[in-house]
Amino acid sequence: MSDATAPELKLPAAPIPRLPAWLRARPELALTPLVLVLVLGVWQAVVSLGLVSQYVLPAPSDIGLALFEGLRSGLFIQHGLVTLGEAAGGFAIAVSAGLVMGTLIAEVRLVERAVYPYLVMVQTMPKIALAPLLVVWFGFGSTSKVAVAAIISFFPMLVTTLAGMRATDQGRLDVLRALGAGPLRCFALAKLPDALPHIFSGLSIAVVFCMTGAIVGEFVGASAGLGYLIVQANARMNIPQVFAILLALGAIGVTGYALVQGLRRRLLFWEPKQELSRP
Amino acid sequence: MTAIDDRRAQPVGLNQPREGSPLIAVRELSKVYPTAKGERVQALSRINMEIAQGEFVSLVGPSGCGKTTVLRILAGLIADYTGDVSVSGKSLHGPSREVGVVFQDANLMPWRTALANVLLPAEVLGLNRKQARARAQELLSMVGLEGFERKLPGELSGGMRQRVAIARALIHDPAVLLLDEPFGALDAMTRDTMNVELAAIAARSQKTVFLITHSIAEAVFLSDRVLVMSSRPGRIVEVIPVELPRPRGLDIIADPGFAATVLRIRRLLDGDSASALPSIAH
Repeated sequence: MSDATAPELKLPAAPIPRLPAWLRARPELALTPLVLVLVLGVWQAVVSLGLVSQYVLPAPSDIGLALFEGLRSGLFIQHGLVTLGEAAGGFAIAVSAGLVMGTLIAEVRLVERAVYPYLVMVQTMPKIALAPLLVVWFGFGSTSKVAVAAIISFFPMLVTTLAGMRATDQGRLDVLRALGAGPLRCFALAKLPDALPHIFSGLSIAVVFCMTGAIVGEFVGASAGLGYLIVQANARMNIPQVFAILLALGAIGVTGYALVQGLRRRLLFWEPKQELSRP
Repeated sequence: MTAIDDRRAQPVGLNQPREGSPLIAVRELSKVYPTAKGERVQALSRINMEIAQGEFVSLVGPSGCGKTTVLRILAGLIADYTGDVSVSGKSLHGPSREVGVVFQDANLMPWRTALANVLLPAEVLGLNRKQARARAQELLSMVGLEGFERKLPGELSGGMRQRVAIARALIHDPAVLLLDEPFGALDAMTRDTMNVELAAIAARSQKTVFLITHSIAEAVFLSDRVLVMSSRPGRIVEVIPVELPRPRGLDIIADPGFAATVLRIRRLLDGDSASALPSIAH
């Protein structure tokens, strides 16, 4: 069927209001909030009409109220800082250990041969299952939560660092080797910067995982933190507060992820252009 | 007999080559690669060649004949071989400051500007920073990249990137410039332009140049001598002098001398692959 012979459709000549240019260029700017409003509206209606029990699914308005109350009283801030501190500690440990171990395994053959099979084994195990054990080992304080966060963020960091170090461009290494550059020079001038894209994938996974680790650690046994607060609210059937805490956790997660992405754009200023023009 | 004489003479002329001695001397160079199955593949068999100071010599041959192995040995990237290889009278077993290398890919660090890429060897070799910077600027304008110092490799065209690589290979003022099919990845038009410029750069910098290529025309256009290689095992079957006046422009293609030389090399290579001229192989 060709356009030339197709009979012209007579559209009703109702004048369609012209959308502003920015909206036509990026319709998602209007559509994404619209979806949210729609979902919240249906949600609110379903709960208000009594189709679902308030205890199963609290209304968005109640959740908003709980969130406001939690922030106003300082409860969320106080416990949020505890969780944030635990996650940040675990993240720092995981990132430094992952970078060092990943580099050693990639660079030193002997280390690779000695350690790699065990790493694969541990990698396939759900690390979260270690949480109860770690609480026994490190106590009910923050240390055990830092440990859980560190352990589950360590592996993505290790694996991506390893992959990055192995993805080094051989041609660039040839340039350095032909100049007589030693292993350290090759590492600093070619391997490390070449591994950065992989390392940043690891960082963006680790930044999310470390929050999960801290929360799970708090679930197992704690006296402070957002995870502890969730368990408490759950026990009291304060479901709106559970949802409100989830929102707070989401906000922390998004902020962490955005920070990593911002750092990535800054450090890997060369990345997108290079990919576009690679022969 | 001469070998003994050479050895005796070495301590005297260790640092400066004796008058008339070649800048690059390769004697009885052989290289065997072990394969995964435990067999041994003879990559190079008894290569002999000498390149004089200021000479432009090309090595042509079919793919897989071992050209790149020769270059990688000269670049110090392959250290285990049999035979003698020396640059400026010094026996070569590893990287040498006397050598600058340009590979088929520009191999620039994408996170460094053009200028910082040119300065890379100066950093590795620990040269004076100020002098190196001034020299890098000079080299960039010599390769026609004045005003592009702050650009990242991703912002440069393929030809421009290869120019940066040439400038980088010259920053530490090596005696020899090694080129491994430097324009192989470029389109034909850019390649012609780059060859004209390479000839000019070689003339201006007065460097000794050793070029690996599989383009016969390119080799003849640029070189004083063309070494023709044959494969399995890699060996030099003929040395063809190019007696064409310099400077050469692209119109030299119409010169009967150019065509005759190209044809002569072409026959050598075709004969090799078709085994029609078995007498050439030694």
